[in-house]
Amino acid sequence: MAPSDKTPEPFGIDYAPAPESTAVVDIADGYGHFINGDFVESLSGATFATVNPATEEHLAYVADGSAEDVDRAVAAARAAFEGPWGQMSGSQRGKYLFRIARQLQERSREFAVLETLDGGKPIKESRDLDLPLSAAWFFYYAGWADKLEYAFPNRTMAPHGVAGQIVPWNFPLMMAAWKLAPALAAGNTVVLKPAETTPLTALLLADVLRDVDLPPGVVNIVTGAGVTGAALVDHPGVDKLAFTGSTGVGKAIQRAASARRIPLTLELGGKAAHIVFEDSAVDQAVEGVVTGIYSNQGHVCCAGSRLLVEESIADEFVERLMRRISTLRLGDPLDKNTDVGAINSADQLQRITDLVATGVAEGADLHQPGCDLPDKGYWFPPTVFTGVQQSHTVAREEIFGPVLTVQTFRTAEEAVEKANNTPYGLSAGIWTEKGSKILWMAEKLRAGVVWANTYNRFDPASPFGGYKESGFGREGGLHGLAPYLRERTGAKGRGA
Amino acid sequence: MAEHMPVDKTFKLFIGGAFPRSESGRTFQLHSADGKLLANAAKASRKDLREAVKAARGAQAGWAGRTAYNRGQVLYRVAEVMESRKAEFTSVLREMGQTARTARSEVDRSIDRWVWYAGWADKVHQVLGTVNPVAGPYFNFTFPEPTGVVVVASPDDPPLLGLLSRLAPVIVSGNTAVVATGGAAALAAVTLAEVLATSDVPGGVVNILTGDKAELLPWALGHMDVNSVDLTGAPDGLADDAVAAAADNVKRIVRADPAGASPHMIGDFLEMKTVWHPIGR
Repeated sequence: MAPSDKTPEPFGIDYAPAPESTAVVDIADGYGHFINGDFVESLSGATFATVNPATEEHLAYVADGSAEDVDRAVAAARAAFEGPWGQMSGSQRGKYLFRIARQLQERSREFAVLETLDGGKPIKESRDLDLPLSAAWFFYYAGWADKLEYAFPNRTMAPHGVAGQIVPWNFPLMMAAWKLAPALAAGNTVVLKPAETTPLTALLLADVLRDVDLPPGVVNIVTGAGVTGAALVDHPGVDKLAFTGSTGVGKAIQRAASARRIPLTLELGGKAAHIVFEDSAVDQAVEGVVTGIYSNQGHVCCAGSRLLVEESIADEFVERLMRRISTLRLGDPLDKNTDVGAINSADQLQRITDLVATGVAEGADLHQPGCDLPDKGYWFPPTVFTGVQQSHTVAREEIFGPVLTVQTFRTAEEAVEKANNTPYGLSAGIWTEKGSKILWMAEKLRAGVVWANTYNRFDPASPFGGYKESGFGREGGLHGLAPYLRERTGAKGRGA
Repeated sequence: MAEHMPVDKTFKLFIGGAFPRSESGRTFQLHSADGKLLANAAKASRKDLREAVKAARGAQAGWAGRTAYNRGQVLYRVAEVMESRKAEFTSVLREMGQTARTARSEVDRSIDRWVWYAGWADKVHQVLGTVNPVAGPYFNFTFPEPTGVVVVASPDDPPLLGLLSRLAPVIVSGNTAVVATGGAAALAAVTLAEVLATSDVPGGVVNILTGDKAELLPWALGHMDVNSVDLTGAPDGLADDAVAAAADNVKRIVRADPAGASPHMIGDFLEMKTVWHPIGR
């Protein structure tokens, strides 16, 4: 192999298929909304289909929510807030959340398989990341429910009331857990809208909520697409909104919420810089960069989609990177050896395809390992662009797919300048063995999460969220609890 | 010898540490409570706002780059200068119609409020930051950083205490500010500008635009290089679609008690940054 060859042949190792069994999952023909503790059809009777993006197989019909359905859900949430949930002690609320955490741990495999079937992500990610973190999120916030006076000393806090929460399709259950756990711990009731391409694990969660005897109406789930979400955003009975998704939709929600002056949390898009210095542990950095952009097919708002590599090691680094990418296993998401699963939907595949075509048209150099894509389903190979200019579309727009751009830099100042040259500010990565440089960079990068010598780590105790157009408010930790409470006016503890 | 004839002050804007007139040449009249003409104050234009935002942006990195201890001392120095000008602030409030007693009280409280916030400069991180016990071998901590450039709609009432109560929590952490003020309250703001100009606050950290808040705020809300707008002192008639324009660059919109004080009011203008690093040998 010549040193200049950036796309070496994969290792000649074959893996026997190791599919996870789907026997653990029982998918119904149809699912209603989960309102006031019961599954109910849409008032209109409308439904939509959810499919397995890896096979295009039909999985189930799901109720398509209208403004009337949202209205029913908000009414149920209001009644629960003014009824049992609002009067319950923090320790009792916490016990419900502990129960939910335990149930998720016990039924973890079932949820993981369903998540992979409905969303296309590799089973090893749904099994090892989505499910453990979902359970951990409930467990962490369960413990806050009876400690709010210590979380917010010298302030008298109260829940907002009914929280409207809209979650995306990239980590369907985990995003629901990130939103539900702090909202419930703080004493709110919730109307949750899952994404239209991945509603099934949220609906299975409804099953868990019934099994733990959560009072009816405390959590309501209305399924549907943008129209359903807009109805939730515009509903006058909603006291607090939280949204995770694209910056475009987030801005529309901010506009809508601003007129009503209700509190809002936004966790939006990103275009994270992943910065590799010449004094980094290069093999570890290669692994980090690969994890950063190809895990979950790049459907990650904090994905490290812009590699900035120090010029002195750029050629060698890209060569090693391409060699590693050539060993990634793309295919059946249920296979325990699969690294890269299916693209979540036909629409998203089209968007990725269009943006990559734009990248080529604008003059960037495309690299894709030779890998066979399955005949059916939505697939996109791990992709690298070199020769990328800051002005290129692929270096500026969030692609939300397995596409990495490579740029170089000569000084740390230049790396900072390039990294911050984006309206986004969600996350960033730094690879260097020099501690003072890590802290200097961490301070200069305008991003809410900075991973140094690691990437894409999440924890319920760790606040997550963006600067600039990546949104505001945090999820996780004490900082993730605060958005679900308001300070009662006339409280003590005022300053001079 | 003839009696001294008073020299009236010209009321100008305060941008980047200088005192320009409005580029538009516009003025508005300020009258005392008893109807006497006090000044033809500069009425800031959209271009003045842009210049002020530019000055604020230019000063922001340097101000945020100061040590917290230094920012605390710079703000404390402002209180020292205000103390020495108490008589002037009191007479400004009296011209707005306050009694001598109320005016003195508001000035005293305003200076105390500013000192209170100056002391927060090197403490707010310890109250609002955290070290996070993640389930893995990582050191993980969260600390606050300034949001950037903040436009502050200064409250009309209380004119001085409101202005200082909203401005101090913005700049103490390293943000820079563009204050929009109008009506009689502009008197207090212009007087503060003279204090700031003779203090150690770097030019551009605080910029003050007098004029019509209802006119200035929609421009501020739509400005793509403004990170946050404090609408505490916004006029009632501010249109919903003007506020909605803040979404164009996901601005942080703040509304608070005009005379309140809390470290969480500093927190309203902060971003939380979380850093992860592995622990190992």
